[in-house]
Amino acid sequence: MAGRLNRLIDFAPVLIALILALLVASVLLLALNANPLEAYDFMLQGAAGSENALAETLVKATPILFVGIGITIAFRGGMINIGGEGQMIAGALAGVTVALVMGEMRVPPELAKEKGAFDLIIVACSLVGGFLMGALYGGLAGFLKAYFDVNEILSTIMLNQIAVQMMNFLLNGILLDPAEAGFNNIPKTARLVTAAQLPRFSINIDLPRQIGEIQHIELFARTRLHWGLLIAVFLAVIIYIFLWRTSLGYRIRAVGENQRASSYAGINVKRQMMFSMFLAGGFAGLAGVVQVLGLQYRLQTDGSPAGFTGAAGFNGIVAALFGGLNPIGAIPAAAFFGGLLVGAQKMQRELGVPASLITAVNGLIVVFVVSSEIFILQRSKRRVSVAENETPTLNPSPIKREGLASSDDGEEDG
Amino acid sequence: MKKISTIGLLVLLLVSGVVSLAHDDVFRIAALMPSATNDLAFSQSMYDALVAVQAELGEEAFEFTIQDSTYIVDDAAVALRDWAASGEYQLVIAHGSQYGPIVEELAAEFTDVSFAWGTRQDTFGMDNVYSYAAASDEGGYFNGVLAAHLTETGVVGLVGPIEVGDGKLYADGFANGVASVDEDIEVNIVFIGSFSDVPLATEAAETHIANGADILTGTAQMVVGPIAVAVANDVLWFGSDASQDELSEDIGVAFQIYKWEVLLLDMISKIQEGILGGEYYKLTLANEGLVMEYDKDFEASDELMAIADATIAGIVSGDIVPIPEMMEEEISDEEDGDE
Amino acid sequence: MGLDDIFTASVFASAIRLATPYIFSALGETFAQRSGVLNLGVDGMMLMGAFTGFYAVYLAQQAETVSEPVSLLLGVAVALIVGGLMGLAMAFVSVTLKAKQGISGIGVYLFGLGLSELLFQQWVGTPKSVSGFPRINFPVLTDLPIVGEIFFHHNLLVYVAFALVPISAFVLNNTTFGLMIRAVGQNPEAADAMGVSVTRVRYATTTIGGMLAGLAGASLSIALINLFQQNLTAGQGFIAVALVYFGGWRPWTVAAGAMLFSFVNALQLQIKVVGADIPSEFAVMAPYVITIIALVFATKRHEQPTALTKPYERGE
Repeated sequence: MAGRLNRLIDFAPVLIALILALLVASVLLLALNANPLEAYDFMLQGAAGSENALAETLVKATPILFVGIGITIAFRGGMINIGGEGQMIAGALAGVTVALVMGEMRVPPELAKEKGAFDLIIVACSLVGGFLMGALYGGLAGFLKAYFDVNEILSTIMLNQIAVQMMNFLLNGILLDPAEAGFNNIPKTARLVTAAQLPRFSINIDLPRQIGEIQHIELFARTRLHWGLLIAVFLAVIIYIFLWRTSLGYRIRAVGENQRASSYAGINVKRQMMFSMFLAGGFAGLAGVVQVLGLQYRLQTDGSPAGFTGAAGFNGIVAALFGGLNPIGAIPAAAFFGGLLVGAQKMQRELGVPASLITAVNGLIVVFVVSSEIFILQRSKRRVSVAENETPTLNPSPIKREGLASSDDGEEDG
Repeated sequence: MKKISTIGLLVLLLVSGVVSLAHDDVFRIAALMPSATNDLAFSQSMYDALVAVQAELGEEAFEFTIQDSTYIVDDAAVALRDWAASGEYQLVIAHGSQYGPIVEELAAEFTDVSFAWGTRQDTFGMDNVYSYAAASDEGGYFNGVLAAHLTETGVVGLVGPIEVGDGKLYADGFANGVASVDEDIEVNIVFIGSFSDVPLATEAAETHIANGADILTGTAQMVVGPIAVAVANDVLWFGSDASQDELSEDIGVAFQIYKWEVLLLDMISKIQEGILGGEYYKLTLANEGLVMEYDKDFEASDELMAIADATIAGIVSGDIVPIPEMMEEEISDEEDGDE
Repeated sequence: MGLDDIFTASVFASAIRLATPYIFSALGETFAQRSGVLNLGVDGMMLMGAFTGFYAVYLAQQAETVSEPVSLLLGVAVALIVGGLMGLAMAFVSVTLKAKQGISGIGVYLFGLGLSELLFQQWVGTPKSVSGFPRINFPVLTDLPIVGEIFFHHNLLVYVAFALVPISAFVLNNTTFGLMIRAVGQNPEAADAMGVSVTRVRYATTTIGGMLAGLAGASLSIALINLFQQNLTAGQGFIAVALVYFGGWRPWTVAAGAMLFSFVNALQLQIKVVGADIPSEFAVMAPYVITIIALVFATKRHEQPTALTKPYERGE
């Protein structure tokens, strides 16, 4: 009970920060002759006011969560991955290619009896293809860092732009929808066949209404909520276990905490760097391919990076850090951002406030909430140090305490 | 929203002393745009058209709501669905060819709501979808003809976004227009790979001028940069989508203006008659959905005006075909549609 | 089409213009990072500097109360102040409140992106131009063949940007302030023990970074393009951050990176104009690809400031 209360108090600064951000935003809204209370009411309605709104929030959160899981791995491995956008695109390009090619295939006779078996294979292959391509793209940045000392922030920013142009080139070339081919085309692929689509899902609930009478409710029946969300949540749990309960995950975190010490402890630092970027890119790639398989059923763009990705590659960074660099924590963080983005658009539509206001308010919320962390940290400092000792120490080593900057005394020429 | 607008309307009615329940006659449009409504280009052209329709029909009979800067394609799905499901709008417009697949899905679900999308010739065979496009090759061709007569260096430069859609149409029309006058004039075309990168578009225009161009043109919202370069270097500017008169100072020549209101008004009357879609519109010089507007400061010789008028007349009558290849393609499209 | 058609004097001049905003903003970021603060909000600060600088000039020129040069200096001052204020805010958030710098920077970016566009829509409406810094005609020099076109026909801010390169290098390497910055970024505990205020130094560098980002924005809106439009910088601030890593936190190599990137960009535009038959997407990609490749083959002697992104906790 006390623990639960503690945790609630932990969140108090976040809530206060959120309220402060909304207060500042209110000033902007008032300046635009909009009623802030009405505006926030619309925002809430847009994010969670109806079954469909809630579904859209979760749909928006899905790619953010995928990217967030990947970013969490990268950060834990000491890599700052700004390349989520590019990795999403790389994953989507590969995934959609697999889905298109396999969608054209004839169902193998041995699978024909089992209805839907081949569909499952197509979807699984597309997801794996997307994961691998995203992973290779992310891994490239890891490789460049490990063997050529090319900073990953630099390479991932550059690789984002390269991926966008690659997408424009392919969508206007070999991946172009054959129905579009001709003089004046829109860069998009053909629509995926139903077999290659990620199914949508609804939740069936039987509520006992009166004695002997049961009301049947189908939640999210006519919404765009798709299996991508479930996959993302499932993988978040898997990655949590991976990072904290396996030796491979432990090695990634060890490198993130202190490279030098890890290397003394016999960990191949270069390989771990590549591996954490490989996984980070893979998850971003999944985000990309899931957007295609679950929502649009084709890859298309307006030529800009965010046109396809919805800036999930960036929002995922924020979600990962808000989630405390813990894959489980990224789940509510992604949902929060999904709601924020979807709700803000509702507010724009209903009140006619400019889209730019929404962007500015999102920025304020990010800054205010991230600034409130210090108050949580101060409270929980004691508990964190206790928790740290609880983590499995498969390889007891001097890693932990040497992690501070003081170990590098006087080595730099300056 | 419904509550508020009703209350607002009631207050309005009380104040004006009119007792009527006429608000059911209000025609409401919701429109989605990819960039800002003040972009001096594609999105602004639709916004201006909606304002023009409101001026035509009156505020009591026509209202519209918009969401602009929706460059994230998937966000369009949320907005369009919200509007369609609300039942408040007789017509939902998706102003961007990238929104097409979303319209296709929603139109099947909300069969009593009318959708319009562009720029594309494709109603997906649905009875509640209008599609629209602009023959921006016509304005491109016209601008090209004039540019060919006005260039002294024999070099003209075009700055485009990415090599698809309206931007490509305009560019090809422009190049053909120039070539129709003089094959030897160089038309340098640079697609910068972005609709919004003003600094790069600016430098592309500088590069054109360094290579001898004395006339510049281009499409998309980043052309504000090239316009500024044209002004600074005192070379002529030809524009498209919306009027850039104010920005182009004294170097503007002609602008191809999209008058979407022409087709919007027609759609509105059709919808009021109960026809929710199934038709394809194309803005052309012939139906005056495309208008060539001269810059206020541009003074042409009588001779040039005669050529200009003849070009428009030629395009309108069909004697001039700005892009012959496309013509063939459209014919085959229509045949496909009949099957 | 020969090499003469591609490597023209104008391409070099073009590269110098393109590099200007990168040099301003990347130098500013170099100061911040050398002291241990990663500011990912550069692009937002550039946008705010670009808009407010433009707006000051716009108002002054509309009112016609001051002469054109005065209006331009006013614009520069406003951009510096607004950029500086945003830098100060970033410092408060990341130094005093110790917020995670990766995220707070993205927040500052979004805020600047949104607010600059909002103010533009509300106060100006559609893109309008101002008379910006004119290109300078030097006696004799400007008329020199090739050299004149490349080096002596730019606006004032271009020269300011390039002048800042040696100045920044000098400040960082040869002054007490520079020593303090490096100490704070490399070993804050030791610096603190020697009586250097880690907080104060980081506030100073982040504010300088903000001011230079503001100036970078203004170099676009009142010198190179002379107008404002939403998202005018088109992500240049992020490239600037990348260039700091490219240059290994040293002003000269940071500027060299900005020049390399800009040169390839100028080159790809020229190649398209003269009509080489390559897909335009590959041309657009070139600067990004070549920047990475260049860094692969470059020798990297300098390591990242040890305390980069790490808030300083006294007494640990």
